[in-house]
Amino acid sequence: MTIDLPLTPEDVNEIAAILDGSSYDRLDIRTSRLRLRVQRSDGGWTQQWSIAEDAGVEADIVAAAGAIVIEALPDGVEGIPAPLPGTFYRAPQPGAPPFVEVGDVVGPESVVGIVETMKLMNPVHAGCAGRVTAICVDNATMVDGGAVLMHVEPA
Amino acid sequence: MIQRLFIANRGEIALRIIRTAHRLGMTTILGASEADRQSWPARVADEVVIVGPAPSAQSYLSVDAVIAAAKAARADAIHPGYGFLSENAAFARAAAEAGIIFVGPDLSSLAAMGDKLMARKVGIEAGLPVVPGGEATDKDAALQRANETGFPVLLKAVSGGGGKGMKRVDRVEDLSHAIDMAMAEAQASFGDPRIYVERFIASGRHVEVQVLGDGESAIHLGTRDCSIQRRFQKLVEEAPAPAIPQEKRAAIEQAAVNLARHLRYRGAGTVEFLVDVTSFDFYFLEMNVRIQVEHPVTEEITGVDLVEQQLLVADGQRLSLTQDMVMPTGHAIEVRINAEDWAQGFRPSPGRATRADWPAGEGVRVDSHMGTGSEVPPFYDSLVGKLIVRGATRDEAVARLTAALDRLSIEGFATTTDLHRAIVRDPRFVAGGVDTRFFEGLARG
Repeated sequence: MTIDLPLTPEDVNEIAAILDGSSYDRLDIRTSRLRLRVQRSDGGWTQQWSIAEDAGVEADIVAAAGAIVIEALPDGVEGIPAPLPGTFYRAPQPGAPPFVEVGDVVGPESVVGIVETMKLMNPVHAGCAGRVTAICVDNATMVDGGAVLMHVEPA
Repeated sequence: MIQRLFIANRGEIALRIIRTAHRLGMTTILGASEADRQSWPARVADEVVIVGPAPSAQSYLSVDAVIAAAKAARADAIHPGYGFLSENAAFARAAAEAGIIFVGPDLSSLAAMGDKLMARKVGIEAGLPVVPGGEATDKDAALQRANETGFPVLLKAVSGGGGKGMKRVDRVEDLSHAIDMAMAEAQASFGDPRIYVERFIASGRHVEVQVLGDGESAIHLGTRDCSIQRRFQKLVEEAPAPAIPQEKRAAIEQAAVNLARHLRYRGAGTVEFLVDVTSFDFYFLEMNVRIQVEHPVTEEITGVDLVEQQLLVADGQRLSLTQDMVMPTGHAIEVRINAEDWAQGFRPSPGRATRADWPAGEGVRVDSHMGTGSEVPPFYDSLVGKLIVRGATRDEAVARLTAALDRLSIEGFATTTDLHRAIVRDPRFVAGGVDTRFFEGLARG
């Protein structure tokens, strides 16, 4: 049982109600685990929370997703980028044949794979017309948004 | 009494469960993935056990990993939250075999309602009306069903929920591709690729009834309206469902109680109905045998803590509430703030919150695990928080929501905040009682 209880939504509203009847515009509260700021905004109140600083936190935040990776492409080749960060799949379901193989001809609207992000299956469209010359990422691999998934030699 | 509660979930619902468990004097143990070890719920739980690596298939969705972690932590009970393993009968069975209380209904109710086809059958047995349709084991069967019911049809995951794996198909030539995508999503989200086909009813409202049961008695806590959806993902929910004649509302509530009694239901559940916008005729869709994302709107108008009720019933206690004691007052509305770029087709937008100013004050409740510096990993659902407002009347709630949304500011990734600002100002929403086509008619920008 924790002594340092998290403040409940009711606590936050009580703080706002107390401040409402005062001349104060802001209150900062710091516990060993959390920091809370309640402040006046647009005729009402806002609450801002942050986890108290801790050496472990910074290290983990480095793993922030969504970085756009620009990779060098061989001359005369276009890359098919991942539309967003997530897990890349080459086939519509486990055991099914891949959407495309090296050597296949694709058009801009051709579906060449799936990127699963936040439990949604996002189709990857080729975005260009030509022949697939390389598949750069293995099936079921985590990719960044913009990562090159395949090479296409334009038709 | 449950002493050590294991929470097999993440995000806002994990934090929500921890709050009530602490108030009841329980020790909380959070089973977190590697990606969530620094999350807000991990900071406020009494103990944290890592259940596995970031991908949910190896952590939050792994029955073996979660049960092993709960056993090692000497938990008396497991609260599964919503999504993940919350409606998984194999998980509930494994918990029981490990001597741990599953905070959810009996296996018989999970089996009856976990599979949507079975749910239809049981619903019919309990005397509830249902929409025409049925199972499709492969593409040929799906095509045959679609031809029977006529297009447009709705593809649904047999084990589904939360709109995952659900697709509307308007034309026969789109059916094959839609089935592939629906089966892939169903497999990824629920580990079961089976789907079924139902007639798509274009002009209906999504109305659901919160029920509570203890195996002997069952009561309802009124209606919620979740008609504002995009691709079957709920965006806005309110309680009670507005603009329904009193006798129709009572009939819907009674149908829900009849189903709960038929199942001898234990715990909190939600019976979902499709309601015709003009005749108010209703069809039973499914029953969610868990706490729902939108449960706070019911809590706000009834004053009942639904997570507390779940824990008490799981502990073997009888319901202390009777139907007469539930007297909903006022009106509550919830909007879901998702890490999605709604202007870019609702593209998921993982990232780190460089700023998270949530509204506060009278009639405002925020259920969120998102503070400044918090992370939205790309592995899970995009929900970053729920803004809930309450008013003495619906008009007051709408006014409060409008003002609260204007104070909400999250930076670092795209959110659906602007979308909700547009919805709350839409005259159809202000009037109340919209159908599930509302989103299509929303004025852009």
